[in-house]
Amino acid sequence: MSDKRIVYVCFGTGCLANGSMDVFNEIEKNIENLNLDISVKTIIKSTGCNGLCEKGPVVKIEPDGISYFKVKASDAEEIVKKTILKGEVINRLLYYEATLKRKVKSHKESEFFKRQMKIALRNIGEIDPGNIEDYKINMGYLALDKALFHMSRNDIISEISKSGLRGRGGAGFPTGSKWKQCDSIVSFPKYVVCNGDEGDPGAFMDRSIMEGDPHSVIEGMIICAYAIGAKEGFTYIRDEYSLAIKNMTNAITEARKNGYLGDNILGSSFSFDIQIVRGGGAFVCGESTALMSSIEGSTGEPRAKYIHSVEKGLWGQPTVLNNVETWANVPVIIENGSDWFNAIGTKKSKGTKVFSLVGKVKNTGLVEVPMGTSLRELIYDIGGGIIGDRKFKGVQIGGPSGGCIPEEYLDLSVDYDSLKEADSMMGSGGMIVMDDRTCMVDVARYYLNFLSEESCGKCVPCREGIKRMLEIINDICEGRGKEEDIENLKAISETVSEASLCGLGKSAPNPVISTLKYFSEEYWEHILNKRCRAGVCKELTTYYIGSDSCRGCGLCKKNCPSEAILGEAKKVHFIDGNKCSKCGSCINTCNFDAVKVK
Amino acid sequence: MNTLNFNEIIEKYPKEKRYTLAILQDIQRNFKYIPKDAFTALSLYLNIPIIKLYSMATFYKALSLTPKGKNIITVCDGTACHVRSSSVLIDELQKYLQIKLGETTKDGIFTLQTVNCLGSCAIAPVMVINDKYYGKVTPSAIKKILKQYGGEEDE
Repeated sequence: MSDKRIVYVCFGTGCLANGSMDVFNEIEKNIENLNLDISVKTIIKSTGCNGLCEKGPVVKIEPDGISYFKVKASDAEEIVKKTILKGEVINRLLYYEATLKRKVKSHKESEFFKRQMKIALRNIGEIDPGNIEDYKINMGYLALDKALFHMSRNDIISEISKSGLRGRGGAGFPTGSKWKQCDSIVSFPKYVVCNGDEGDPGAFMDRSIMEGDPHSVIEGMIICAYAIGAKEGFTYIRDEYSLAIKNMTNAITEARKNGYLGDNILGSSFSFDIQIVRGGGAFVCGESTALMSSIEGSTGEPRAKYIHSVEKGLWGQPTVLNNVETWANVPVIIENGSDWFNAIGTKKSKGTKVFSLVGKVKNTGLVEVPMGTSLRELIYDIGGGIIGDRKFKGVQIGGPSGGCIPEEYLDLSVDYDSLKEADSMMGSGGMIVMDDRTCMVDVARYYLNFLSEESCGKCVPCREGIKRMLEIINDICEGRGKEEDIENLKAISETVSEASLCGLGKSAPNPVISTLKYFSEEYWEHILNKRCRAGVCKELTTYYIGSDSCRGCGLCKKNCPSEAILGEAKKVHFIDGNKCSKCGSCINTCNFDAVKVK
Repeated sequence: MNTLNFNEIIEKYPKEKRYTLAILQDIQRNFKYIPKDAFTALSLYLNIPIIKLYSMATFYKALSLTPKGKNIITVCDGTACHVRSSSVLIDELQKYLQIKLGETTKDGIFTLQTVNCLGSCAIAPVMVINDKYYGKVTPSAIKKILKQYGGEEDE
């Protein structure tokens, strides 16, 4: 063998769920049997980071640039014998690019990839997160060296300020200003905190970065610690993210061994170390003051922010807290300079943003695009459109604090300010695409239910207000809606957002406000006609099979968990209303649109 | 339960308040809940009133006061899973196991719970049993999956 091939098997959560471990073992076994000079590397690519995890397990072969999808353990022998030994491409396992109407050799040829710009996700899928050498080869820790030995502490802070980087966790506060304020306060010790408590449902940007490129986060934190004079750092990670915790822990150990963490970093007089704190499963802990309270060993209740954390944060000391994606941007900015970063994006939103594009979209996954990219490009060009080419209804951005944006705003530029104007918000980057099978009242109910459970209970407007709103929406969804409900919802929304203590409460009514604004006809339909057009609210839904379109294929009958569908093959089927649990399996599986909502 | 066991877990940590959550999580992992005696032991060790520990145990979802079943079924109810009908899965599971969310079956074989998001939205709706992930789960697939864990046979 003249050239050495490296096989990358994705070990992200999604691919692991699809059996990538077996694929890895099988490939390894086949290579061992043949006694080849090939190193099989595992690369931990996070779920969906390339958007291709639903087509996982993903196997990449370099330097040939071949990507295989939906690989099974039984394909391993063929991959080793054909592709690795002879360089032959196995057509069956390639990615089908719908716009080109053909299969492509590398995933990089797909529209999904070509339209993205990777900064925060630069190394994900390209390196083995368990191997610090991989990170170093890809410019890793060069920025730290530059910061420590070629820049003053003020230079570092002003580079970050000039770059225009804003917090990627949601609020979009300028990162440089945060660092500068913290630096200006003379009180030690100071702390650096990484918020990895990604609580927004439907968002997994931070998990992916911590799993796939943990050193970029660590390097960002070290640079900030040096700039503001901190000696101790904390990374707060959601307890549910076991792989992220494992990879971050491992990376911190490796960084210590290599002299990037610990005493006298790289021989300088600067010392800094990072500890990992596992979250306890409370959404409110993503709020900075609640998170700090949780690190201190208490319940994660927020406090009023009369005094900012940069002044009095962890244990009452000056603290810089940024989220994972923000940290991952820092080394690249230091390395490439603020001008480079500043040139990307819009006037007020610089750089790129990672979104988790999920829901009813074809190419589910993590996408990173320059700020200012339109929703249409994200959903249709990168996301490939709606599953089953159904009708697009709306997109929810910003998690429980954000809002739903309807079709007429599809050309909206995605940046901090435009989204706010449209009654949504950037949030951490969850982007949930909804089609005509999504009920917008139910979406509002979903978030209220979520928030009422996650409200910490400290302040009354949030604790009681959200509960009352949920009661009203439950009534609407279950057929007890009254005309005055809409006005009541609006009034309570106003109070909750005005009077709540922390960001969770203040933004809690957003999903209701935005759905009321853009989808009020659905609310009225629920209230006045007792009908849920999407067929989601069970009490208001009756399914039937249209006799003109049913071909009697029996697919719905096979998939019905309640045995409520009757009918003989090739004859029109019908639904027994008494048995039907209204789960919607039939409407989701029917290929002829024969199942309808009354 | 033997108190020595908690002490082994507790004493791995320095006597500082900041380790409270980590210690409680380790106990939860070992015992599948926080036994009453563990509160007393931890309270003495960290010199924190039991009421504070109890407050944490009820605040954080990762901690529970009652023992969980042998197999823990976690249905993801993140937004992406929700719009792909995770609530239907939850309904079907409740019906099949005859328990409500958060409860454990009488035989102690299954506990049913939800999680806000597992970040595996690409394979939504997701269900996890212990550590095994099941993606794109349909209502009709549930019975088959549960049987592998000693679920009731079909009558």
